Amino acid sequence: MLHMIEHVFVEQSLVAAFAVVGALMLFSNFAAKRLTAGRVHGSAIAIVLGLVLAYLAGLYTGGKKGVADIPALAGIGLMGGAMLRDFAIVATAFEVDVAEAKRAGLVGVVALGLGTLLPFVIGALTAVAFGYHDAVSITTIGAGAITYIVGPVTGAAIGADSTVMALSIATGVTKAVMVMVGTPLVAKLIGLNNPRSAMAYGGLMGTVSGVAGGLAATDPRLVPYGALTATFHTGIGCLVGPSILFLTVRAIVGG
Amino acid sequence: MIILGVALLAACTLIGVFLGDLLGIALGVKANVGGVGLAMILLIAARAWLKSRGRLGKGITLGVEFWAALYIPIVVAMAAQQNVVAAASGGPIVLIAATGSLVTCFAAVALLSRLSPGDATSEAFERGGSIVGGSADDELPARPIPAPAPTVPAAKE
Repeated sequence: MLHMIEHVFVEQSLVAAFAVVGALMLFSNFAAKRLTAGRVHGSAIAIVLGLVLAYLAGLYTGGKKGVADIPALAGIGLMGGAMLRDFAIVATAFEVDVAEAKRAGLVGVVALGLGTLLPFVIGALTAVAFGYHDAVSITTIGAGAITYIVGPVTGAAIGADSTVMALSIATGVTKAVMVMVGTPLVAKLIGLNNPRSAMAYGGLMGTVSGVAGGLAATDPRLVPYGALTATFHTGIGCLVGPSILFLTVRAIVGG
Repeated sequence: MIILGVALLAACTLIGVFLGDLLGIALGVKANVGGVGLAMILLIAARAWLKSRGRLGKGITLGVEFWAALYIPIVVAMAAQQNVVAAASGGPIVLIAATGSLVTCFAAVALLSRLSPGDATSEAFERGGSIVGGSADDELPARPIPAPAPTVPAAKE
């Protein structure tokens, strides 16, 4: 019997994912209303629950894709994968208030610049503090602090070794997870409650998965504006990481 | 027709990602540069164009907005497939680099939103929230509109 149910889940993977995620959201909204009296967004609880499940599944399967490594839940991998995620992000643009987005354009550009530079500097300094002295390793770890895609793309381009690459990716993934969980907690403190600050936030935080999760958990109204700038962030990071940033680091540390 | 909305969204996404790939090649980067962002701009332009010609029908809107409403569940599925084990076992260098850049960037958001305060009162902003929210709270009354005060909280850094 159990085997047959599993068979259905494997065969209908995407449909099963819709049902499972729907159930998770239903539970989260219920918990938000009953346990926190509506103070915490249901989607924030759902995202944190998703991360917890991904952690448990990772321990259980030893894989890298959270619950998507469990055969019966493989559809979650398709539903939450880059293809449908980007499709849904583009769809949110339908709701953008064009006038407001245009007014905030300059802020978005400034944020993108800072959002590339600041994490890189922090990541690079951390690498130096932990005893890395070659330009390739410092740049790769610094790039990982930008996003977990910029890290390996930069590392591959400048020939970093695999241990450093792993550190770089882990830094980016940790940042993404922290952005998802941390954003609703600090939203008030950093003034994240209008289209303009959402665009600044998207550019600064960068990591599309972090921003997507963080804004969804904070306030759905902010999503299109943050996503608009965040989606440029990884591309810019991949552009300047192996070029300007690497050359600058090499000029400073020599070698 | 609803499929036209979905197809419009798909076309914008494909063209945007393609342009992002081209831009990546032109810049000599092994990555897509801003493809999704370009796709969003295309969709915004397409909506404006359709609206100006009076052809932005209910079907097209529904086809796009259905996917916008699925955004949060998709993000939950995305969260459930992160490599959280790797993140949790990265060691001190990973934790310090990630926390350091996170805190710095949050501070920079606070600074930018003070230097250039926005306002959260537009109608499109409210409406967008109810769509993207996917009526997640549809049993609840509409969210209270925040007071249109200048949006600078008494933040302490």
